Amino acid sequence: MAAKITVRDLTMAYGDLVVMHDLNFEIEDKDIFVIMGSSGCGKSTLLRHLIGLQEPAKGSILYGEENFTATAPDERSAFMRRFGVMYQSGALWSSLTLGENISMPLEESGKMAAATVRDLVAYKLALVGLSGFEDFYPAQISGGMKKRAGIARAMALDPDILFLDEPGSGLDPLSSRRLDDLILGLRDSQGSTIVIVTHELASIFSIGTKALFLDSATKKQGAIGPPCELRDHSDNPAVRLFLNRGDTPATPPP
Amino acid sequence: MAAADEGSDSLDDLSVTSSRMTTQPHPPPTAAWQQDGEAVSLELAGDWRREGPAVKVSGKPPDRLPARYGLAALGFYDSTLPAFLLVHFRSVSTFTKDKKELPPMEGLPDNLRGLLELALAVPEESDTALETDKESAIDKLGRVTLDLFGKVQAFLEFAGLTVLSLARFCTGRGRFRSADFWMILQQCGAEALPIVALISFLIGLILAFVGNVQLTHFGANLYVADLVGIAMVREMGVVMTAIIMSGRTGAAFAAHIGSMKANEEIDALRTFGFNPFDFLVLPRLLALVLMMPLLTIYADAIGILGGMLVGSFVGIPAELYWNETLASLDMTNSSLGVIKSVFFGATIAMSGCMMGMQAGKSSAAVGEATTQAVVASITAIVVLDSAFAAIFTLLEI
Repeated sequence: MAAKITVRDLTMAYGDLVVMHDLNFEIEDKDIFVIMGSSGCGKSTLLRHLIGLQEPAKGSILYGEENFTATAPDERSAFMRRFGVMYQSGALWSSLTLGENISMPLEESGKMAAATVRDLVAYKLALVGLSGFEDFYPAQISGGMKKRAGIARAMALDPDILFLDEPGSGLDPLSSRRLDDLILGLRDSQGSTIVIVTHELASIFSIGTKALFLDSATKKQGAIGPPCELRDHSDNPAVRLFLNRGDTPATPPP
Repeated sequence: MAAADEGSDSLDDLSVTSSRMTTQPHPPPTAAWQQDGEAVSLELAGDWRREGPAVKVSGKPPDRLPARYGLAALGFYDSTLPAFLLVHFRSVSTFTKDKKELPPMEGLPDNLRGLLELALAVPEESDTALETDKESAIDKLGRVTLDLFGKVQAFLEFAGLTVLSLARFCTGRGRFRSADFWMILQQCGAEALPIVALISFLIGLILAFVGNVQLTHFGANLYVADLVGIAMVREMGVVMTAIIMSGRTGAAFAAHIGSMKANEEIDALRTFGFNPFDFLVLPRLLALVLMMPLLTIYADAIGILGGMLVGSFVGIPAELYWNETLASLDMTNSSLGVIKSVFFGATIAMSGCMMGMQAGKSSAAVGEATTQAVVASITAIVVLDSAFAAIFTLLEI
């Protein structure tokens, strides 16, 4: 059976400026897949490629057996409906309340009863620990709450794959931990695959089942594998340095 | 992990179920409450889909948590099922009072239990609901009046700050980047020329047409030149330019400063010791006050050209039209519009900057600030113009 997401020879570029060469990796069902790397190495750009906001310069992205890259942009809605995306700063629509932010995608189909929508919104907010905040505007809540509300909105349509762009950045350790627990809980009970862009080491080790390191020096895929294994045994010194916060990295096994 | 894998089984089933469903109709979702001696049990059946029919509930939802669940006939389900259960849990009075204990969830699939535990982990905040206004008509009137006073006060305060900032500038202590100033000067000067030309040309044209129709009745259509000339230099040139500039430049000021505020850029200026007032408001005010008179003179000339075009169509030779225009205008008449333009420019810049500085911190608030800036400056222009008309009448000019 094909992996949930397969990336083949992906080269990302802005015009002539190449961000990353020849990425090759697979994301299996129910993985919590971490995309990591130093700041500005193209983590968010990779995420934007995966969700179709940007076109690859070369290579292709496959969802299951279907080629996402080869599908015309206006025929991608079947794929897009399976995605839930949380953007770096939440990207909640500021003129709508939290409740409306979540109900807008739900009401889009026009087939749902108002009461069902209301119950679903209450449930999604409860999942991220924001019960009772339906009537608040994004400007009235804190940064951490915005991130959680962003996740609630990303989950509105019960997505198959959840993409989270830096969910833990800018949060205190406890909130960040709670967010990690939430992500784990969602993966286990909702059964979705989760792709996270982050450079929070604590999160990487506690929830990541597989991690991809983007090496900004070589502009190539640095390493891929379970994070703890990469930290201790990766044969790429840049990866060990990154995962050990620059401390003397453990030497790779001979 | 074992529990997780087991839990997600039913979600794997979903995809299978849904592909099978293309040929088979979905049984509608039902929930049946059954009294089971002391305890209550809940029988769930059918396919629970977002897009499907609404849930049929049979039996009265009891004021207690279900002790058992019957799931024999339960098919596909998405978030609508946990949402339904959550609503019921929250409606049970004993449960909401005692938030610590989770309701019994024996018999539910693992993934559903996991989701409900997650949803119930943080109790519902009852005091978070925003206060809904239940004010009487008198309260409302009072609030509106106070708001109005507040707005006037805010404007006066802003005007005062502007004067102080100007004073700092004149004594050489007010600082802004000269590059900013030249850029703004270009934006609200040279770049506005095409639209000002188009509008004032058409206004001159319209005035001449209307005037010509009336004046021909008296055989005095040469006086079209007087009418267009005086109307343009005294009123139309300056008022039209001011209205164009409030839509074009005043709105741009409000949007720019408003989004800077939403982005905390203004706070950043402040922490580096820059006075945001000197830095943002002053160059805009100076640029617009400098450019408005020039734009007005330009608009006056173009408007007269428009009139001349109509004149040549109705048989007034251009040379005659020009001489008549020159004869009708004197220095006093011509300078009135230009004098007014300075005040209009200051008003537009100040309302644009003020709305921007007072904007809230979201993109919706920036839009609101822009609207308010345009409305405020157009209103102020018309009010000021009436005041000028009254003053000039009293002074008999």
